[in-house]
Amino acid sequence: MAANSISRSPSFTQEFYQSLFKVIDGENIKTCLQCANCSGVCPFGHVMDFPPGRMISWLRAGIFDEVIKADSVWMCVSCYACVEVCPKNIPLTPGLMTRAKEELLLAGNIPTELQSALEFSQRYGNPLGESPRKRADWAKGLETEVPIMRKLNRPVDVLWFVGDYASYHPRVQQTTRAFFKVLTALGVDFAILGPEESSDGDSQRMAGERGLFEMLAEKNAKVFEKYEFGEIITTDPHAYNAIKNEYPTLGIEYPVRHYTEFLVERIDDIKALFKGNGEMRITYHDPCYLGRANGIYDAPRELLEAIPGVELVEMPHSRTTSLCCGGGGGGMWLDGFQWEKAHVRLSDWRVKEAVDTEASILAVACPYEPPRFEDSVKTVAGAEKLIVKDIIELLAEAI
Amino acid sequence: MTNIVVFAKLVPDLVEELEIADNGIALDMEWLRLIINEFDNHAVEQALILKERTGGEVTVIAPQAEGVDEMLYTIAAKGADRVMMLKGDFEAGVNNHALARAFATTVQTYQPDLILTGVQANDDLDGAVGPLIAEYLGMPYIGYISGVSMAGDKLSAQKEYPGGLIAEMEVALPAVLGIQAGEEPPRYVAISKVRQMMKTATIDEYDVAELNTSGGVTANRMYAPEVSERAEMLAGDEDEVATRLVEIFKEAGLV
Ligand code: SF4
Ligand code: SF4
Repeated sequence: MAANSISRSPSFTQEFYQSLFKVIDGENIKTCLQCANCSGVCPFGHVMDFPPGRMISWLRAGIFDEVIKADSVWMCVSCYACVEVCPKNIPLTPGLMTRAKEELLLAGNIPTELQSALEFSQRYGNPLGESPRKRADWAKGLETEVPIMRKLNRPVDVLWFVGDYASYHPRVQQTTRAFFKVLTALGVDFAILGPEESSDGDSQRMAGERGLFEMLAEKNAKVFEKYEFGEIITTDPHAYNAIKNEYPTLGIEYPVRHYTEFLVERIDDIKALFKGNGEMRITYHDPCYLGRANGIYDAPRELLEAIPGVELVEMPHSRTTSLCCGGGGGGMWLDGFQWEKAHVRLSDWRVKEAVDTEASILAVACPYEPPRFEDSVKTVAGAEKLIVKDIIELLAEAI
Repeated sequence: MTNIVVFAKLVPDLVEELEIADNGIALDMEWLRLIINEFDNHAVEQALILKERTGGEVTVIAPQAEGVDEMLYTIAAKGADRVMMLKGDFEAGVNNHALARAFATTVQTYQPDLILTGVQANDDLDGAVGPLIAEYLGMPYIGYISGVSMAGDKLSAQKEYPGGLIAEMEVALPAVLGIQAGEEPPRYVAISKVRQMMKTATIDEYDVAELNTSGGVTANRMYAPEVSERAEMLAGDEDEVATRLVEIFKEAGLV
C-alpha cells in the first residue's frame, strides 16, 4: 500500500457528507436513527473499524480523517444487506460505502491485491489480466460457431453481453458454453461482441474506481453504437446492474435483461425441450446483484422448478436475507486481504447453510459464485458431496 | 534541492503472444502491446518516495513509443514534477547503447543528483541500460537496489545479492542506481487523476537527431524456443506411467 500523505482540509468532512446527498435517496442519511441494524447485518461488520452506522455517527461529529486512514472499509463487499434492513431507507451501499472507498482510493489507501485488478481492467478491459484478444476464446472448439457482431454484420434480436468471468474464468466458461447451448436450442437470434467487449466496470465502481467505470462504460457504449440489436442479455448480474441502472446515468441507454428474466419468458419452449434427468434436491443462492440490488427473486426459482425431478428447498437466508458470497464490491480481488482481517470466508458460511438443507446441488446465477463456492466445498466439513451449478448448467443438462 | 531523474521505457507486454517479424531478427511490432518496464515502474516509485521523504524534484524521461503519453501522464498523476519524451525513430534497430547515449545527452540540462532506472528489462539485448548511462555520464553505478536513503550529497543504498544477502553501500552523488524493487510497490493512481493530468500537464519533448547504436549486439536470428527431440511423453494410466518411469530410471542407472 502506497504511503501517500493523507491530509485533508477541515471542510473535507463536510464536503464528503454533502456529496452523499447526491445519490438517489441520499438525503435520507440525515434521518439515520443510529439503530445499528446496518452494522449488525453486515457480514464483515465485526471486523470493520467503521461499519456504516458508526461511520455516520463520526461524520456527524465532523471527523472523517480517521475513516480515510482505516483500511477496513475495503471489507465492504457491496452486498446491499445494510440497505435492505435500514428503517430509514438510506442508500448505504451505493452511497456511503462506495463514496468512502472512492476517497480511500484517491488518498492512495488501497490494498495491493485490488490495485492489480484495477490496473488490469484499465489496460486489458478485464480484471483478470487476460489478453482482450482472447475474450471469445471460451467458444473455441465448440461444434457450432458462436456468432460475433463484427463478423455477422447484420442486426440481431439479442446482444449477449458475456462479461469478464464468464469469458475468461475456466470454471465459469462451462456456464457460458451451457448458455450458448440453451440459446441455440431455443433458436434465439443472437450474437456476442467478442474482443470488442470490455468489462462492464460495475465491481470496479463499487470498489471506488468511478473514473475507471466511466472509461469502461464509454468503451462499451462506442461498440454498442456500432451495431443494431433489440436488447442486451447477460448471465452476469453485475453487468446487468451496470447496464440497467448505471449506464443510463452516463447517457448510455439500452434495454437489458438478466438471462433468468429472458428465459422465464420462454419457459414453455424450454419445458418442451426437457427430457427426464432424475430426481434432484436443489437449493438456490440469491446473488446480491440479482436479488437485493435488483429485486429478481422469482425468475430463477421458476426456471429451477420447471426442470423435471427438481425439488427446490430454501436456505434459512434466502431472497432479501441472502448471504453474500464475498465477491462483490471488489471482494473478488480482495480474498487475501479479507482472510487476513477476518479469518473467515463468506462463501464458507453460505456453503454450510446449503449443506444443512441436505440438498445435493447449490444452484447459483452469477459468474462470481461457482469458483467461490467450489473453493468452500473443498474446505467446509460435510460439504464434500455438494455440487455447485449455475441454473443455466442445470437447464442445459436437462435438455 | 535534489534533482532526481528516472529513465523509464515501455517494453513488450507478455500478455499477448510474441510474434517474430518477417525479417526474422526482431519482434513483430504490429500486434505487440507495450507496458512500462516493471523495474522502471519501481524506479519511479522509489523516486517519488525519496521526494516525499527528503524533498526534491522528480523528472521522468522516456523514449517515444506507442502509449508513452499515457504512461507519462500516469506518472505525472502519481506525483512526478516533470515528464519528458525523447523523440526519434526508436522502433527499428534501436538498442540500449543508443538509448543510453540519447538519455545521457538530454539529462545533463537537468543537472541530476541522482538517476534511477530499472535494473533490467525484458527487451535488453545488449545489457542493462543503467550501467551504460553511468558510463556515458562518468558517474558511479550500483544495481539490484531495493532501498535508498539520502543525507546531503551522500546516498546509502541497499543492494540485493543472491541467497537473501543485502549489502548497505554508500555512494557519492551524482550517481546512477539500477532499481530491483522500490521500498513500496508502485502506487495506484485513480483514473480520474490521470484524466485530469491529460488536460493540465505537458509532456516536454526532446528531439534525438541521431541514434548511435555502436557497441551493441546484432541479432542474426530471432526465434521461439524450439521443441527438443529429447522429451518423451508417457501415455497410459498412473500404474503404466509409474512402471515406465521406474524402467527409465533403471536404464539411466539412477536406481
Ligand atoms: S440501519 Fe439505517 S438508520 Fe439504522 S444505523 Fe444504519 S443507517 Fe442508521
Ligand atoms: S454493503 Fe454489505 S458489506 Fe458493505 S457495509 Fe453494507 S452490509 Fe456491510
